[in-house]
This record gives sequence, C-alpha cells and structure tokens, in this order.
Amino acid sequence: MLVIRRDLVDAMVAHARRDHPDEACGVIAGPYGSDSPERFIEMENAERSPTFYRFDAAEQLKVWREMDANDEVPVVIYHSHTATEAYPSRTDISFAGEPEAHYVLVSTRDPIEHELRSYRIVDGVVTEEPVKIVES
Amino acid sequence: MAVTVSIPTILRTHTGGEKSVSAAGTTLAEVIDDLENNHGGLKARLVKEGTLHRFVNVYVNDEDVRFSGGLAAEVKDGDNVTILPAVAGG
Repeated sequence: MLVIRRDLVDAMVAHARRDHPDEACGVIAGPYGSDSPERFIEMENAERSPTFYRFDAAEQLKVWREMDANDEVPVVIYHSHTATEAYPSRTDISFAGEPEAHYVLVSTRDPIEHELRSYRIVDGVVTEEPVKIVES
Repeated sequence: MAVTVSIPTILRTHTGGEKSVSAAGTTLAEVIDDLENNHGGLKARLVKEGTLHRFVNVYVNDEDVRFSGGLAAEVKDGDNVTILPAVAGG
C-alpha cells in the first residue's frame, strides 16, 4: 500500500495537468527505509512527448546524488498518461528499474476527473496496490 | 588503472549487495569486461549488441557517456563511474 499526503497527490496531479498533453514525470523522495514519500521533485520530461517520457540524464544524476547525500530514496516515481488509463504500458514495465519504488500513474485523459493509481513493478511483474491518502 | 563504479539497487544482486565496487580499464568497455569477470551477469544488464543498453545511464565523473563515446569513453585512474537505471516509459 502507498500511504501519501494529500498535498503530494495534489502536486502530482497539478504537474500532470500543467504539462498535458505531454507526459509529466517526477520523483517523491523519502528517508531510506521509511517507505514514506516526503520531498516532491518535478523532473523534466526530456522527450516532451504525449506518448513517452524520460528523465533528463544529467538532472537525474543531480537528483539521485542529492538523495544519496540526504539518505533518501525515490519512494514514488510518477508519470502521467494523457490519452490512456493510469496503468503501466509495456514500455513502462520494460524500463522499471527501481524495485523498491511505488510507480504512480496519473491519467489526465478526462479534462475534469483525473485517475491516480499505484503499482510495484519488479522483474516485469506489475502489482497494483491501494493508495491511502492522508490529510496533510 | 582502477576506477570506482557505483552500482544501482537493481544490479546489486550481482555485487553481493555492494553499492560501489572497484574495476580496471582504460575505456568504459574494458571496465565493464572487468566488472563481468568479478561480478558475473552485470555485462548483460549494461550492454546489448555492442552498445550500452537503453535501460541504463552511465556517467564518467558526472558526464553522460552517451555524449562522450559510449563504450569507447576513456577512463583514467581514480575516475568515478556511476550507473543509474534510466527512468523512462510510455
């Protein structure tokens, strides 16, 4: 289960809406071992595409170094789907390289109602998990 | 010619859990071959059909090697090689 503060959910949805129709992506870091997302980090989608996303490699190195220095890990890795449901695509599954992260998908295909779901992706196997939103 | 290689979580099964290992070589390709000798299975996770796998980012001293020769990128004694999983999808 992913337990996450409402302001962090709102921040992911706002980022996804702002970049629509391109996909938005980012990370929420949290203390190592806590499984608790705390520090919201918007990442640039180097692809600037409605069907693909990729963290900019230089920005990713900088952010991963910061997390290392703070004893943080990427608790949540999020991105948006702008025309399809919030379910990992085949490409999402083949790239998923952080077995301990919660992969959060936000769909902005409906202009009013967003869809937000969370998954573990380990060795190509997708497992959906409940999302518990706590008031911040 | 020894370099330090940072290993991401997903590949630490090949290094007995070590976050960072030492390897030798004058190019990234040689470093990866040396890694493979000591940590079998790593090369297949990094290299596909003679080029770096699109699922990983490799940096030599913070420089993305895609812009500095890929597997032919030169490394010097004391350099730091960092491997990160590429974060991407559709």
